[in-house]
Amino acid sequence: MTQEEWQPVCPVEELEVERGVTALVHGQALAIFRTHDDSVYALGNYDPFAKASVLARGIVGTRGDVPFVASPMHKHAFDLRTGRCLDDDHVAVPSYEVKVVDGLVHVGPRLLA
Amino acid sequence: MTHTRKTLVVAGHGMVGHRFVQAAIERGLTERFDVVVVGEEPRPAYDRVALTSFFSASTADELSLLPEGQYDDPRVRLLLDTTVTAVDRDTRTVALDDGQLLGFDVLVLATGAAPFVPPVPGRDLDGCFVYRTIEDLEAIREAAAMATTGAVIGGGLLGLEAANALVQLGLDTHVVEMAPRLMPVQLDPAGGATLVRHIEKLGVTVHTGAATSSVLGSDEAAGAPAGRVTGLALAEGATVPAEVVVFSAGIRPRDGLARECGLDVAERGGVLVDEQCRTRDAGIFAIGECAAPAGRMYGLVAPGYQMAEVVVDVLLDGLGGFTGADMSTKLKLLGVDVASFGDAFATTDGALELVFADAVAGIYKKLVVSADGSRLLGGVLVGDASAYGVLRPMVSSGMDLPENPEELILPAARGTAQVGMPDGAVVCSCNNVTKGTICSTIDAQGCADLPCAKACTRAGTTCGSCLPVVKNLLTERLEAGGRRVATGICEHFDLTRQELFDLVSVHGYRRFDDIVEAHGRGRGCDVCKPAIASILASQLNGHVLDADTAALQDTNDAYLANIQRNGTYSVVPRVPGGEITPEKLIVIGEVARDFGLYTKITGGQRIDLFGARMEELPAIWRRLVDAGFESGHAYGKSLRTVKSCVGSTWCRYGVQDSVQLAIDLELRYRGLRSPHKLKGGVSGCARECAEARSKDFGVIATEKGWNLYVCGNGGATPAHAQLLAGDLSTEDLVRYLDRFLLYYVRTADRLQRTSTWLGTIDGGLDRVREIVVDDALGLGAQLEADMARHVDTYVDEWKATLDDSDKLARFVSFVNAPGTPDPNITFTTERGQIRPATLDQPVDLGASIPVGAP
Repeated sequence: MTQEEWQPVCPVEELEVERGVTALVHGQALAIFRTHDDSVYALGNYDPFAKASVLARGIVGTRGDVPFVASPMHKHAFDLRTGRCLDDDHVAVPSYEVKVVDGLVHVGPRLLA
Repeated sequence: MTHTRKTLVVAGHGMVGHRFVQAAIERGLTERFDVVVVGEEPRPAYDRVALTSFFSASTADELSLLPEGQYDDPRVRLLLDTTVTAVDRDTRTVALDDGQLLGFDVLVLATGAAPFVPPVPGRDLDGCFVYRTIEDLEAIREAAAMATTGAVIGGGLLGLEAANALVQLGLDTHVVEMAPRLMPVQLDPAGGATLVRHIEKLGVTVHTGAATSSVLGSDEAAGAPAGRVTGLALAEGATVPAEVVVFSAGIRPRDGLARECGLDVAERGGVLVDEQCRTRDAGIFAIGECAAPAGRMYGLVAPGYQMAEVVVDVLLDGLGGFTGADMSTKLKLLGVDVASFGDAFATTDGALELVFADAVAGIYKKLVVSADGSRLLGGVLVGDASAYGVLRPMVSSGMDLPENPEELILPAARGTAQVGMPDGAVVCSCNNVTKGTICSTIDAQGCADLPCAKACTRAGTTCGSCLPVVKNLLTERLEAGGRRVATGICEHFDLTRQELFDLVSVHGYRRFDDIVEAHGRGRGCDVCKPAIASILASQLNGHVLDADTAALQDTNDAYLANIQRNGTYSVVPRVPGGEITPEKLIVIGEVARDFGLYTKITGGQRIDLFGARMEELPAIWRRLVDAGFESGHAYGKSLRTVKSCVGSTWCRYGVQDSVQLAIDLELRYRGLRSPHKLKGGVSGCARECAEARSKDFGVIATEKGWNLYVCGNGGATPAHAQLLAGDLSTEDLVRYLDRFLLYYVRTADRLQRTSTWLGTIDGGLDRVREIVVDDALGLGAQLEADMARHVDTYVDEWKATLDDSDKLARFVSFVNAPGTPDPNITFTTERGQIRPATLDQPVDLGASIPVGAP
């Protein structure tokens, strides 16, 4: 298995709306989120500020039109689409391609910033 | 001889003497002087202004300005129960009543004043008192216990305070004032008459224009013990029944020491001093009520404080001077607002008066304006003193009056004038902050709300009477900068938490989606979602992990545990009141051992177990719930603990069973979601071993029941809880607590502790007392019913979670590898227990762990 492969993770129905779960994909802990409009996003689960694997446990919402998750540690906000930190331009977490096929969430390669 | 330290003696340890010593320490005067303070009362300085509250306090310590009993500076020596009997200016010594002689380089006289007792026959009878010291009040209380009627001679400021005290002691109370009205120094006839009507409503009988010709005593023929007071005979022939008589007919400066050592005194008493508060002897100063700068004596504490600061300034070679004081007064007497400021009697040539009176509501307001109507000279306010904050600075600044000055005193509904004060106008007289300073600070600090403006400017942080003006200035500055006062909790709602709370209550909302669609925008955030989750939980008491609310919960509520540094959680079972059996202690120990958790005792008398992985929480709680534990809500913005001392069951000092009450209160309020965490404490006696006054609500046992204190906290900005009500039965205590807690839950801002909340309430603690104790808003029954519903619907949310597979489904490490623990969590050991190991980057397992397809 390489990072280029698509990997099935779980049925989309198992994802709570506006909450995250953690999945083990490409050997990494990833945070998978489902938003209110039923889009699904995947970010690295590791909060670089808190140095802890926690992002999936944050609150999901919007800032303007940007869907984001607030880290449960110190509330740093990360753009669900790109992984960019909304409070600090210099920081980003990895983001991954996601598609839903036949009700199953698949996570693909890392998106390049 | 720079190494020779000089000696400074302060004669008198009242409020002004204390302020002087404090300033001397803070401003470095003790670097050059050894200070000896001589106080004749048996205790250190206390708040004489608040003397009446002694009756509701549990101990005299609550009034103390120096509760530690000594100053935190070894160069200051405090001698109590000691009187300076003479000053020898030739040998530069003072003599003390214990025979000691103290040498001085500088002497500060702060001997205060003595109550004036008019020379009427019978004034020495048993049952006659003055109103000045705690000892006086103790004697009055003792006498009142066997009496039903009382009279106060003197209807001035202090006389009415004394009357208030007699009313509190349950006496049928009379006030006898020689002048034709109450508070003759501050109020005009109409203002005085309005005040009389208010005070008579409280059951006090007022006799104005009445001179006391003698104090009547019993004689043995009448069957009562001889020499006891039975009443007052008035000059016009009437008599007033009274078994307790309090003289409050003014004060006289205690200037005897100065007279006897040849210093000058003013014509009407008081040590004559210059602008620097210096007597004719360059090494002797006088401050406070014993002093008469420029021949005038000041009977208020604020000018005394000014004099204390001036003398410290002078001794530090500064340029301080005392050139008179603002004698404006605003106070609440027996629950009635009274204010008097500037030329209240229109003595200025050609002065005109503008009057608003509403006899039904008991409101009287008078403005005194200059002959040409351009400037405000002074005024009187009775029944509603809310305009004081705007009016007083208009007098001191001499600014032009607005075109329709009557707008300033008309009821608010008729429109309140916006006032363009000059920058130099003092808005906050407590902290001496001008309008110019407030405006420039708001601009420079970018303050967007009132708490920030208060914190940055210090305006409104003491008595709070100027807050409406500060608020107006804030709005004005923000509008000038194109901003608005931010009241919405976040970008998704233009509503405050209180407004949201009321909306949810009125509409009966149960879901965030309905609320944000009807009243907000977007999909919410980490600010509004937990706030709404808390509001829903407070009102409905549903499970926080129910389908409609689970996604709203903040970090800790979302997993019913406290997240720690490395993403693991800590677990705190409830230990009500801190009482625990050996069996339960053993269970906690076994759980900690079996799951490899770090254990530590908390400040709230329970045990915290650290290092639990999220997916381990259900198994840990299974063990705890089976052993009879329940959630301790250490993770919630909710009641944490009610700490207790061991109380009368074991402690030889305890007067009530504090442990039982703490357990009862903790079980009553457990699970109550609130704007911030809530902590309580119960102490079994006045020694206060439970540190109850550092809690949001604290209860201290008295011989007669419980004293209830509210709005304290520890932490970064500690606050002592303040007395809400005293000597309560357990039933009344619980009722007041129900009301207090739910009123706070309803009206506080998000993440606002009770002490900060109290600071935002117009009228402060008095207002809270009116609402909670007197039920001024008529909310009492509703709040009690809401609390009863909370108590009835409480369930342990950990037990409910264990019983619900949907809720348990959240507690997995990886949705696609539930058996694999997150490799990012690792531990090392320290002092025989685990501690988190920090990782500088995420762990990559590569392909080493097989992941099953869903």
